[in-house]
Amino acid sequence: MKKTLISLLIFSQVVIGIEVYPFESEEQETRYQKLTKELRCLVCQNQNLADSDAGLAKDLKDKVAEFVIAGKSEAQITQYMIDRYGEFVSYQPPMNLSTLFLWVSPMLLLLIGGVILTIRIQKTQQ
Amino acid sequence: MNKKIIFALLPLVIFAALLLLLYINMGKHSEQLPSPLIGKPIPVFQLPTLYSQRTLSNEDFKGQVWLLNVFGSWCPSCRIEHPVLTQFAQSTDIPVIGLNWKDEFDDANRWLKQFGNPYDEILVDLDGDVAIDMGVYGAPENFIIDADGIIRYKLVGVLTTEIIKTEIIPLIEKLRL
Repeated sequence: MKKTLISLLIFSQVVIGIEVYPFESEEQETRYQKLTKELRCLVCQNQNLADSDAGLAKDLKDKVAEFVIAGKSEAQITQYMIDRYGEFVSYQPPMNLSTLFLWVSPMLLLLIGGVILTIRIQKTQQ
Repeated sequence: MNKKIIFALLPLVIFAALLLLLYINMGKHSEQLPSPLIGKPIPVFQLPTLYSQRTLSNEDFKGQVWLLNVFGSWCPSCRIEHPVLTQFAQSTDIPVIGLNWKDEFDDANRWLKQFGNPYDEILVDLDGDVAIDMGVYGAPENFIIDADGIIRYKLVGVLTTEIIKTEIIPLIEKLRL
């Protein structure tokens, strides 16, 4: 009995080493999942970290897991990545001067479309 | 009537503008990202060396302009870069330091024996932690660090004689003034 328990323990540790990180709660795991989906893999740039098998992506995923387990917040972890790799690393670009157009342009297009549509409708009604 | 023509031509104008935008960006390599570390101090590190059995920190390089080259024996582009880097190392008097990124000693040693060792010193980053701190995402990468330990330049990708002539050497001369 003792032996099987020990071997089970060893086996479960091996499994953890390969795939899963030892998260302390479900909340931590969700945070990890969310972060790795929002962070870009730098090597294969149109993939997120979660989907990437590149060596660096593995290292960065390890880092994210380590920070999540250490209790760091989402913002802190994202900032850690941005400090090193730039805003490009995030799939959720922050609002600032250089990204303003990116954020505003859909709204702007919608507004222009709305105005044109209103004018047209008014014209046909007259 | 005039208005109608303008409206009819509008999609064409937008299309032409889009074409122009795409054309302008065609030559740019989006995979070369601007590093947020330029103008910032080099991250604090303490790493063993490959051969000299020393431990070097970022403080040890202060007081001089130096080049840091990130390489690995597993990196095919590093092989392409190697002769150019060797030539540069022989012709310059600034320290050329290697950062052996996620490499086993035997592999790195074999690689350097085969192609030659252009480095004044080689730092070993086995787990890749320092590379992450430096924002490294693809070898080879080259950094130029000034005498105060500030990162002044970063190149992702292979060093060429052209880049050395037009970017690296002028920058080194400027930093030395």
